[in-house]
Amino acid sequence: GLFVWHLKNTGIRQVPCQFVHLCRAANDRLITFQYFNFLKRMYVTQYNKDLSQRAKPKSDSVASPFCELQQLDQDKKVIHKISPISPVHQPLSETISRNELREMASAAETEDSVAPVRAESKEDRQWKEMKLRLDDLPGILARLSKIKLTALVVSTTSAGFAMAPVPFDLTCFLLASLGTGLASCAANSINQFFEVPFDSNMNRTKNRPLVRGQISPLLAVCFAASCGVPGIALLTLGVNPLTGALGAFNIFLYTCCYTPMKRMSIANTWVGAVVGAIPPVMGWTAATGSLDAGALLLGGILYSWQFPHFNALSWGLREDYSRGGYCMMSVTHPGLCRRVALRHCLALIGLSTAAPVLDVTTWTFPVISLPLNLYISYLAFRFYRDADRSSSRKLFFCSLWHLPMLLLVMFTCKKSFLEKEGKDDLLGGNHGRALEIGLP
Amino acid sequence: PPPHSCSDWIGPPDKHSNLRPIIFYVPPEESPLERRLREARQEAQACNQRFWAQQNRAFRQEKEEFIYSRLKAKGLEIRDDTGKKATLNAEEMADFYKDFLSKNFRKHMQYNRDWYKRNFTITFLMGQVALVRALRWLRWKKKNVGN
Repeated sequence: GLFVWHLKNTGIRQVPCQFVHLCRAANDRLITFQYFNFLKRMYVTQYNKDLSQRAKPKSDSVASPFCELQQLDQDKKVIHKISPISPVHQPLSETISRNELREMASAAETEDSVAPVRAESKEDRQWKEMKLRLDDLPGILARLSKIKLTALVVSTTSAGFAMAPVPFDLTCFLLASLGTGLASCAANSINQFFEVPFDSNMNRTKNRPLVRGQISPLLAVCFAASCGVPGIALLTLGVNPLTGALGAFNIFLYTCCYTPMKRMSIANTWVGAVVGAIPPVMGWTAATGSLDAGALLLGGILYSWQFPHFNALSWGLREDYSRGGYCMMSVTHPGLCRRVALRHCLALIGLSTAAPVLDVTTWTFPVISLPLNLYISYLAFRFYRDADRSSSRKLFFCSLWHLPMLLLVMFTCKKSFLEKEGKDDLLGGNHGRALEIGLP
Repeated sequence: PPPHSCSDWIGPPDKHSNLRPIIFYVPPEESPLERRLREARQEAQACNQRFWAQQNRAFRQEKEEFIYSRLKAKGLEIRDDTGKKATLNAEEMADFYKDFLSKNFRKHMQYNRDWYKRNFTITFLMGQVALVRALRWLRWKKKNVGN
């Protein structure tokens, strides 16, 4: 009974946190987060209704490439539920921008999306005055900052915080989440600022605020600065300098490395994966104040996860990438694309096994997570061998639920703080990482 | 846009370039700084329009040619029995996408550099104009309060 309650409790807390925001800086990534909606949104909207900090995940950079890819039309549910953010604009714009992946969505979804699509396209064909209306501003800024993606990023950070082997500190947790959210908003806004003509040419992104002229570039930059500076300051002064430094570094990586690299070399995917991996590390360092092996492990898991997720998604967007001039593996090196996805699925198995070795979880974790990881590896293998639309879609959809499940299982198998201390007393050795973790 | 309007107007996406054209408002007493900003924006718009219209046109054309040549090689007609256009599946198109991307790589690199430069210049000019306007408004306010 107790266990069930505990599970439910953690589940409730963890579910929103475990939505990985794969939104890599890459345009694609950004979309991925939104795609996550499929599962996450249902949870995210339920739990994060009052969360005003739905900033775009910094991991947008990593996720960004994915984000674009993840333009799943699974937003049927999302359309219904995502009311808090921007009731009118957000769901509609997302619906419209998902045209590309419409085929991916279930038929039922299309029905829901048709009505808003029609309304928006009519509006689209008119000439609009370029004057900023104050009541439109919240919706515009929400879309500019890719707020759903940010929410996912913040969830990942919370997961990192929760996995850290220290007693839970609510103030620290809230400050870390807020700071990360603000930094993510800033990074996403700058990304959109850089990509206006490219976004106009891709179906997924053609309804962004800067593309539609709803906000001036100057205002977008000012907004980014007014989110980024307080966000990083909050992390540095309110949490600890290490987390602040990681946050600033992630913003830089996303906006100045990932975004331009998307058009220059396929290496952007790896940079984007790092961007996605940093938020959970930030969550961990916010809790413990130091960069432990556990933090790197969590970051490593998210890093590896990005590849099957993104590569599978990008498989269906090859035409748009080619026309838009984006250098993605799926277009230029398709074999490598599939190999890397498979490689990293197998790496996940290895990383899950390393978790108990580093005292992050108990040995139950690799055992329970093995079927999950084997299944996604199997789908990655099928994708590798078949290299077609259906296998890429299967892999992509699997990655959507695989990560939340993995993080949930990880949390339930978390090595108890007290357990570790007890072990230390017994053995008198230096096992307890908990003890090594300095006091904040 | 209506003739009496005092702001810029943005239109629906262009058929060829997918970019939205902007009609800029020219105020009667436009300062040299404001004129520089407007001209920079117009220039950027024209340049973007040219580039993307040409890119999209080339893409569509080359895609048609590719499909035609592939279908020919397979011995099929461009239109099947029902009169619908025959298409290749995504895997067959992959070669074309890869080819098109690598062919246009240098063009994209140049465009990127150009676009980033223009974007920064325009935003910086916008900042300057906003600052000048704010100072002017403050001075006017002070004068009014004084009176």
